[in-house]
Amino acid sequence: MSGPRLSLTDMARRVARDIPSGAYVNLGIGMPTLVGEVVSPDKEIIYHSENGILGMGPAPAPGEGDPELINAGKQPVTLLPGGAYFHHTDSFMMMRGGHIDVTVLGGFQVSAAGDLANWATDEVGHPPAVGGAMDLAVGAKRVLVLMTHTTKAGTPKILPLCTYPLTAAGVVDRIYTELAVIDVTPGGLVVRELVAGLSREELQERTGARLTFADDVVELVPGAV
Amino acid sequence: MIDKRVGSLPEAVAGIGDGATVLVGGFGNSGIPVELVHALLDEGARDLTLVTNNAGSRETDVAALLREHRVRKIICSYPRSSGSIWFEERYRAGEIELELVPQGTLSERMRAAGAGLGGFFTPAGADSLLAEGKEVRIINGRRHVFEEPLHGDVALIKARKADRWGNLVYSTAARNFGPTMATAATTTVVQVREFVELGDLDPECIVTPGIFVDRVVRVEGS
Repeated sequence: MSGPRLSLTDMARRVARDIPSGAYVNLGIGMPTLVGEVVSPDKEIIYHSENGILGMGPAPAPGEGDPELINAGKQPVTLLPGGAYFHHTDSFMMMRGGHIDVTVLGGFQVSAAGDLANWATDEVGHPPAVGGAMDLAVGAKRVLVLMTHTTKAGTPKILPLCTYPLTAAGVVDRIYTELAVIDVTPGGLVVRELVAGLSREELQERTGARLTFADDVVELVPGAV
Repeated sequence: MIDKRVGSLPEAVAGIGDGATVLVGGFGNSGIPVELVHALLDEGARDLTLVTNNAGSRETDVAALLREHRVRKIICSYPRSSGSIWFEERYRAGEIELELVPQGTLSERMRAAGAGLGGFFTPAGADSLLAEGKEVRIINGRRHVFEEPLHGDVALIKARKADRWGNLVYSTAARNFGPTMATAATTTVVQVREFVELGDLDPECIVTPGIFVDRVVRVEGS
């Protein structure tokens, strides 16, 4: 899609600004993992991985590391000093039980009520797979969704109701796209920030659900987020 | 004298019968009891129900059981990962039943079995297709779905060290489903890298007490 938009790095930086120092954070597979790479080093953040890690560190140097020390995306990682290992049941207790402060998830669709669809599309012939998506979506204290505003074909992903199978209903707190930062509120979707050069009408055209705009919409400047 | 150590992989998997429900530890390629699964393949049991997070990769472990038509049903959270060619082949051909379970529910259902509980209500999946046909109850204003305990005839898991009582410690993130699966099966079989003497494992740091373990076998370099 042409026109003003944030880069992936800008989007990840914008999400990172909303993660407070001291938070226990689970980053979903895919685009959300970029957030961990751009969080300010001034913040102390403890990353959780569903397969039983708190205090997860960055990838090891090539050829080093423990082949069984992997993250949820099955990529090699490290453990920071102070980190801990635990078993799966405890790990999902942390997720479902509301002990994780923030999760950043990818999304196929988000509805005006904060319903999230991010595990299955309507494609046929592929076996379904869910992993930890549902446990994380219902359990984390704050659910942030980082996704493109529309599909590659230009179809809106922010909709009155999701058409793909739901992961969880009413769980999303905030949506970050290349065009805007949008809060899910009891009164519907409220645009807090809008990319510079895009009009409110143009944003609404690319969004399936009705948007309202905050009194003080902040401008997102590409390259300066 | 209690001695849960066995001398060979065939002894470790002896007696697993046709139609058994087998819990297999591991997440991705981390913590998979590869040699035990291959021993089960050699042992020959058929018509198995496998409970495992992923559906194997390429030609090894769970994928080998699928390839050799040993599996009737798989209970799994994420069967579709890179290299899970044999699962996809058998699934498309309609030769295998899939019960898809959210990952935390999969683990908690085994915990419930190990803990002697009759199941639990969870919000995970309660708004989704995976709740279809199950009891749903509003608890504290939120939808929860009832999930039943998931018991295994056998658990095959991997740990780092064991003593002859079957006390276990694990290795980094390879721990994953092991401690829960050990509690949830009638017979728990563990492959370890190393045997140690009683008292060598710090009692403050034993992760799985031997009460949950029936057989341990040493696999060098695993």
